[in-house]
Amino acid sequence: MDKSLNTVMLDSSKCKGCVSCMKRCPTEAIRVRDGKAKVIYDRCIGCAECVRVCPHQAKLPAYDSFDIIHNYKYKIALPAPSLYGQFQNLDSIDRVLNGLLAIGFDDVYEVSSAAELVTEASHKIIAEGKIEKPIISSACPAVLELIIMAYHGLKDHIIDTLAPVDVAARLARERAIAKGIPSKDIGVFFISPCPAKVFALKMGLGLKEPSVDGVLATSEIYFKLANAMSTLDEIKPIAKSGYSGVYWASSGGEAIGTGFKNYLAADGMENVVTVLKDMEDGKLNYIDFVELNACPSGCVGGVLNIENPFVARARLRLLRQNLPKSENSLASVGKDIDFYRWEEMPKTKDVFKLDENRLLALQKLDEIEKLLATLPLLDCGSCGAPSCRAFAEDVINGVIDKDGCVRKNENH
Amino acid sequence: MSSLHLEFDVAGNNFVSAGSASNEVKLTLKKLGVEPAIIRKVAVAMYEGEINMVIHAGGGKAIVDIFGDKIDIELKDSGPGIADISLAMKEGYSTATDTIREQGFGAGMGLPNMKRYTDEFEIESTVGVGTTVRLAVYF
Repeated sequence: MDKSLNTVMLDSSKCKGCVSCMKRCPTEAIRVRDGKAKVIYDRCIGCAECVRVCPHQAKLPAYDSFDIIHNYKYKIALPAPSLYGQFQNLDSIDRVLNGLLAIGFDDVYEVSSAAELVTEASHKIIAEGKIEKPIISSACPAVLELIIMAYHGLKDHIIDTLAPVDVAARLARERAIAKGIPSKDIGVFFISPCPAKVFALKMGLGLKEPSVDGVLATSEIYFKLANAMSTLDEIKPIAKSGYSGVYWASSGGEAIGTGFKNYLAADGMENVVTVLKDMEDGKLNYIDFVELNACPSGCVGGVLNIENPFVARARLRLLRQNLPKSENSLASVGKDIDFYRWEEMPKTKDVFKLDENRLLALQKLDEIEKLLATLPLLDCGSCGAPSCRAFAEDVINGVIDKDGCVRKNENH
Repeated sequence: MSSLHLEFDVAGNNFVSAGSASNEVKLTLKKLGVEPAIIRKVAVAMYEGEINMVIHAGGGKAIVDIFGDKIDIELKDSGPGIADISLAMKEGYSTATDTIREQGFGAGMGLPNMKRYTDEFEIESTVGVGTTVRLAVYF
């Protein structure tokens, strides 16, 4: 597993050096240098806002090629529930699952099934009363990265449940081993709606070892899968998800499952940031549970999907209507609660600290404020930094020359 | 000795912009590497102070001085002033109007919270002149 993998890469031939991605990055992780957008990877949370807004398709989300499944004799697919929203007039989830078997997988384990187990586990973990309210969902890896990078003070609000895909991977692997398949022959692959999941799963966020062997893009397997789905000879009944599991693909679905009436669900990076700031100020202390999704409308809004989030969400709503509430229970799986929990708390990152020495940091801040007072405060991005403040910081940190501001002599 | 001086105007009757000074200060403290738990104390206290100036005083000024070991915050307004400070310091006591309470503000926790979340708390007020609150939090 490549632990140095980055979530987004740049197609330099397509990048025009415009400031679209840089202006939208929630952690100011992008600079335009020599006419190209460069990512400061230490600050990247994998939210893929840059992929979403790039007008030239120069930002490439990272994922594994479909071909890597052939490195394993026994291949298991873990479809995200958002995958079901990608197909028009889908009559049943079983059609998707049988399609996955037809394109080369030996088994499928629905992430939505595991989501139902995570929901039940979260009831038990919340009932222990150890997590500070409002409790924050741990499901969106981009949000999780954002908190451990920029909102350290909210760390103790995060519920330590594994992501449904991790639970699905564990159970799917056990099922294969129980069939007598040697561990080394088993390859477990997540069919992902977003590159943040690629990063989180490869890093094993919350786990000592990654739970999957690869992360595939919904968009890459889409045509292959759609073709297989339309030419199936028979459809075996293998789906085992209720509406509560499938609902996880849409913003609010997880929160409703917690059973709290007083919950909040926010989606889209800007809205997520607003909620986190409000939580820091203590404005949301009366809320029990906060579900945050980096992508608009939730996982259906991930950049590796085909369909626009609103269409996918509407399709999933139709699909859910005919499903029972839940098809999975902790009792039937028979694991203790730790099976559903993080093995280790993701470590906080100190990427915004100006200096290890606080007095030096203070001195730098003072210099930044003084320089900022001479800048036009247009936040135009022409210097290659996302804001005048970011430019001033870059100057004081010695990474860009102070003459880089091209509009300082304009009269505003 | 290094220190940083910041000043913010807090606009009156604008709930939307209330909290913007506290956000700036939070960001600054993160850049200094101040402990998250301390940043939260500052954030809560300062946000309450901003909201107070918005609700009661038609706005005011937040003057912030950050040193290596502490932050001083002065919240100064030219509002109506507080007639009975000890009453205003009582949890649950509020002079906010019903309209403001309907918006979820005016629970009478502003000043008590500002005191609870800070290491030093001072309040001066003169009816008809205005109110000044001085807060300090040690890192």
